[in-house]
Amino acid sequence: MSARARIALKIVVWLVGLAPLGAMAYWFWTDDLTANPIEFVTRNLGDWALRLLLASLAMTPLRLVFGLSWPLTLRRLLGLFAFAYVVLHFGVWIVLDHFFDWRTMADDIVKRPWITVGVAALALLSPLAATSTTGMIKRMGGVAWRRLHRLAYVAAVLGCLHYLWLAKKVLVSPKVYAAVLVLLLAIRAWDAARRYLRRRAAARPLVLGSRG
Amino acid sequence: MRLRYSDVTPEPLYVSRRELMVGAAALALTAGAGEAVAATPPAGASLKATPNSAYRVADPPTKMEAATTYNNFYEFGTNKDDPARLAASLKPRPWHVQVDGLCAKPKTFDIEEILKIAPLEERIYVLRCVEAWSMVIPWIGYPLAALLKKVEPTGQAKYVEFTTLKDPEQFPGQKGGFFGGSLDWPYTEGLRLDEAMHPLTLLTLGMYGQVLPNQNGAPVRIVIPWKYGFKSAKSIVRIRLTDTEPKTAWNKAAPQEYGFYSNVNPAVDHPRWSQATERRIGEFRRRQTLPFNGYADQVASLYTGMDLKKNY
Repeated sequence: MSARARIALKIVVWLVGLAPLGAMAYWFWTDDLTANPIEFVTRNLGDWALRLLLASLAMTPLRLVFGLSWPLTLRRLLGLFAFAYVVLHFGVWIVLDHFFDWRTMADDIVKRPWITVGVAALALLSPLAATSTTGMIKRMGGVAWRRLHRLAYVAAVLGCLHYLWLAKKVLVSPKVYAAVLVLLLAIRAWDAARRYLRRRAAARPLVLGSRG
Repeated sequence: MRLRYSDVTPEPLYVSRRELMVGAAALALTAGAGEAVAATPPAGASLKATPNSAYRVADPPTKMEAATTYNNFYEFGTNKDDPARLAASLKPRPWHVQVDGLCAKPKTFDIEEILKIAPLEERIYVLRCVEAWSMVIPWIGYPLAALLKKVEPTGQAKYVEFTTLKDPEQFPGQKGGFFGGSLDWPYTEGLRLDEAMHPLTLLTLGMYGQVLPNQNGAPVRIVIPWKYGFKSAKSIVRIRLTDTEPKTAWNKAAPQEYGFYSNVNPAVDHPRWSQATERRIGEFRRRQTLPFNGYADQVASLYTGMDLKKNY
């Protein structure tokens, strides 16, 4: 892929990543953030955090299934945007929703599993954001870096649980996010199994066939 | 100084251009129809009522635009804006309400008849949603007791069950999708008979000086201000007197979260969030939630001796 195409793709990701913020700023201006703006903004930021996190985790499966390599160049940028939305989502909860009522928030984190897993997801994503630079990849080494960054999947599981547990059971959208995540995890699992079998086959060429 | 909702929201804001056009079209259509079939009142048609100063709160009413665009009415859809967006699919005329069960004179009332059973009053109540937000709404109606007395409940009647219209053509949210069909339709709710006969319990036909908008439960709903909003069934087609505690829609969907009583109670958390505070729509900081939503002096005696943690 040419450098120009790569830059164009990244510009598209930047636009997609910033569009929800732009839309909310516009709705703030036109007084269209619904009758309950704090709830709406919190939910919207959380929605986009999950969407972008799932998008970043979809890049590798896209390569595995369709053999495309260009999605991989977008993975880190999408992940960073996801992290930014998680931080904003958390920030709105602290500042606008609870207005620095630390005791209530601490109680909530301890008492309510959906908040616990949400905060845990943020905690897991933080070291990933901190080690996202090219310099850090070099310093850590590719293997260790990749291993650490698999935490993104754990964070996505926690993020989906956060939404499933917080929403009324009759709502559909938390189940859609969870279904997408299950699909992405299934593709990775299928790929891991495929590689494992291939490795085993390659490692034992002599016993091949002897076991039937 | 008495602050009225009309002081808060200028008329042009709450009568939208679209509503005026729908109203004009409805008038044109019914001009020659005669008296035989009562015309559907156009959305936004005014409804005369006498303000009842015994039932009003000091806080200014919520903007009508907020109260008619931010709704939980899953018959239309689960998003807050679905009811207002899809409101036109509901036809509030002709409309009948069957009142039956354990009573001496069961009867099916035409909505026009219901409008005339007792003088219409305007009452300003606080509506507290179980989702921890609240609004101040000027409702129009009269005590449910007036309607119930018409059918003469028998001594065996202990509860009242309300049933909302079930019609997926009018309520697109009842169609059900790939992941399941939201609630178990029709929506049912219930009260103990003494709660239903309480003077605060309002059979509601309008709000903000107008007929009830479709998204708020047209043409007739119930409003029980000391209970969480979902207890106040909308678009009612049946009221049944019974001797057993009625099954209620949210209780069937999530029994550990939505009890039969569902009195507003800051001391009893929802399993997933605290009920200690609420956000009044239009305000920034959370407010403390009051026991029985501020109506404790009028209704707490209904529950003396009851464990309100168990009977949530």
